[in-house]
Amino acid sequence: MSSSMDVITQFLFHLVVYSIPLLYGTCGEIVVERSGSLDLGVEGTMAIGAIFGYLAGCSANSLFVGVLVAYIAGTLVGEVFALFTVTFQANQNVTGLTITTFGVALYFFMGNAMGEKWPVLTKADRMVKALDTIDIPLLSDIPVVGKAFFSHNILVYIGVLMAILLWFYFEKTRAGMRVRAVGENPAAADSLGINVAAKKYQHIMLGSGIMGIGGLYMGLNLGGTFEGSNCWINGYGWIAIALVIFANWSTARAILGTFVFGFFRTLAVYYGTLAKTFPKVLGWLDNIPSQFFSALPFIVTLVILIMDSVRKNKHSNEPAAIGVNYYREDR
Amino acid sequence: MSDSEYAIELRHISKHFGSVVANKDINLTLRKGEILALLGENGSGKTTLMNMLSGIYKPDAGSIYIDGEKTLISSPEDALKAGIGMVHQHFKLINVFSAADNILIGSSKGSETHALLRKSRYSQVNQIIHDFGFELDSRKIVANMSVSEKQTLEIVKVLYYGAKTIILDEPTAVLTVQETRKLFEVLKKMKEQGHSIIIITHKLNEVMEISDRVAILRKGQYITTVNTSETTEKELTELMMGRKVDLEIERPIVEKTAPVLEIRNLSVKSDEGNIALDDVSFYLRGGEILGVAGIAGSGQKELCEAMAGLRKIERGVVLHKGENIAGASPEEIIAKGVTMSFVPEDRLGMGLAPSLSIADNVILKKYKQSKGFLLDKKRGAREAQEIIDKLEIVAPSVETPVRKLSGGNVQKVLLGREIAIDPNVIVTAYPVRGLDINSSYAVYDILNQQKKTGVGILFVGEDLDVMLALCDKIMVLCHGKLMGVVHASKASKEEIGLMMTGALNTVHQKRGKTAGIAKDSAIVEDEIIYQEEEVNV
Repeated sequence: MSSSMDVITQFLFHLVVYSIPLLYGTCGEIVVERSGSLDLGVEGTMAIGAIFGYLAGCSANSLFVGVLVAYIAGTLVGEVFALFTVTFQANQNVTGLTITTFGVALYFFMGNAMGEKWPVLTKADRMVKALDTIDIPLLSDIPVVGKAFFSHNILVYIGVLMAILLWFYFEKTRAGMRVRAVGENPAAADSLGINVAAKKYQHIMLGSGIMGIGGLYMGLNLGGTFEGSNCWINGYGWIAIALVIFANWSTARAILGTFVFGFFRTLAVYYGTLAKTFPKVLGWLDNIPSQFFSALPFIVTLVILIMDSVRKNKHSNEPAAIGVNYYREDR
Repeated sequence: MSDSEYAIELRHISKHFGSVVANKDINLTLRKGEILALLGENGSGKTTLMNMLSGIYKPDAGSIYIDGEKTLISSPEDALKAGIGMVHQHFKLINVFSAADNILIGSSKGSETHALLRKSRYSQVNQIIHDFGFELDSRKIVANMSVSEKQTLEIVKVLYYGAKTIILDEPTAVLTVQETRKLFEVLKKMKEQGHSIIIITHKLNEVMEISDRVAILRKGQYITTVNTSETTEKELTELMMGRKVDLEIERPIVEKTAPVLEIRNLSVKSDEGNIALDDVSFYLRGGEILGVAGIAGSGQKELCEAMAGLRKIERGVVLHKGENIAGASPEEIIAKGVTMSFVPEDRLGMGLAPSLSIADNVILKKYKQSKGFLLDKKRGAREAQEIIDKLEIVAPSVETPVRKLSGGNVQKVLLGREIAIDPNVIVTAYPVRGLDINSSYAVYDILNQQKKTGVGILFVGEDLDVMLALCDKIMVLCHGKLMGVVHASKASKEEIGLMMTGALNTVHQKRGKTAGIAKDSAIVEDEIIYQEEEVNV
């Protein structure tokens, strides 16, 4: 009995582990979209944050440096997006797609160029050690869920805290309300003296930086090995964009959304173990081809998205001016 | 406050958009504590000029003096600081925010703003609204507000930010008579409190009622400023148009044909599922204009949509030249020569695709007539050019996107396209909404031309004076019910007013004759029963 409980704990533990990188990506995109920009460059921004954050972190042998560089790399990508869409009024979709194409390509280029010199992490590295689990006193002692939810590495805690703080920022503070105003009706914000371009720049860069951290964390989750054929981000940037809609532009709801996604992701890894541990109830899982489980997270996302768009959502928080560039003298 | 006589003085202001001159060397003064009406046709540069005062546009040349001091206004923020607030024609409000939040998003000022959003902000803003003498719930979300409430919110907003000069761009275009009266009370009160006001409006009776002086623009140039008490509507019109004008609306007498459209016992539901039209019967002959009068929301929109095949007919018969078209698709109805042009309150979403060119919008209605699967662009361009020439539309070329045209020209394109398919029935709703006098008369002319060729026209209108002059007959709706059909030459405004409010119902007044049923009706009574049974199944 105790071993089956351990399996559940492990399952939930990994559910969280797989969810959090996406939480960064999703929250980053929400921050960008709240200010009225649709950034389809999440995938590329995460890839760029991942590769630069990883290489910098390894050479300094410091998680802090890695996260910092991933964030800075992300903000720089965001600055390019803002430069094109806010200053030069370029089409947001085209700019975002270009960033994705460029970012993923840059990831492979950098990795291949490193060749033999690619740093491989070992457990002794300080960067890995910094990701050791930290038990939250008392809470982590709760049976089953304690070790699943309250015994994680620092990036998990930071991610959840960030999502809650961002929610508070957008919903409960005047500064956040002003950002929402820009995303809803930039002309109205402008007429009351809010600097629309500045607000957009700030939040595109902040959001992109958060995506960058998510990219690095995703790579660390995968052990930091460069394969040359598979990008660490591997389509999850797109899932992040989809989760924004599922989260209804609330970073707090994004936690729930990424957990749903993380559940199916974990299932792909754990379905064999689950079948063995609970042969009577879940034995049938073994008869399903593994490819199905790999595809499941994407299928579920697709279904959720379709359901969400079919159901007429009167309480959608989608910013009204999303995707539309603002030019004051436009007629 | 300095002792300058003028709140605002514009000197030699010019503004170009590309090669188009929007304002040329304009000098304009606004005295302290006066209401100045800014008058001009569509496209004469009124809004452009005001947008320069409110910091949306920057002037290419010239200077602005506020309270006697030269002031540079290069952003809306500068305008706010200079004490200028503008209530735009298309409100600048955030739909998902409450009234309070719409006010408070502006730059922090005073003690009522905190870094955190507190519940107490609602009562504070309620107090502010009350202090300015308005009534509005600060918790109410903009999306749930009426047009009049939104306007009130805009006015409170500019007052809150300390505006001494208030600019209103066509504030009455979307208001009812009662709401307009209320707005004017507010404006007069603000004037008493020492505010200076500029109001843009096309309605001359409003200009005469509310303003102290009238400034006139024509084709981007400043013409003159006159004292309202020393002028007349006729003189203002002539100044505005630069020539003598005849304010009479023509009503040509045309020989009428048998009914082209007969509607019997028509019932239609609204979007919300309520009864929008209840058992309405009327008929329309070729060569006549039948006006539809009623308070806004009495079923006019639903009637138009039912005629065009865009709304499900719950019950009743729509007979076009003896053939029932109830339930037919819009395409079939258009093929029969019934066209509909509806100008909604926001005047934008009206059956034209704003980003497409004039030519493409013309093709839109009959793209199926193109041979093969390619669009016949040449024919579209040719026909668009014909419409432009015929209706004197001001447009750089047939390739100009519709959204870049001024309101009057957009409405002419809409009507021109409908006429181009040689209709025998034209259903048109509010075709002169928001148009200046010249453009309005151009539209009346277009309709009269069509009437002379034997077309039956259903004219849904707002202005009773216009309808009494233009229409042959007027049917009155109240809450979706027909209150009667009157001859425009015999009816009075008061009579129609009573019918609009439901106080007078003349449908069964004349013995042996029910209003709305033609003597030479093509409908056989048996047939109606049959139709009803079919619908009920």
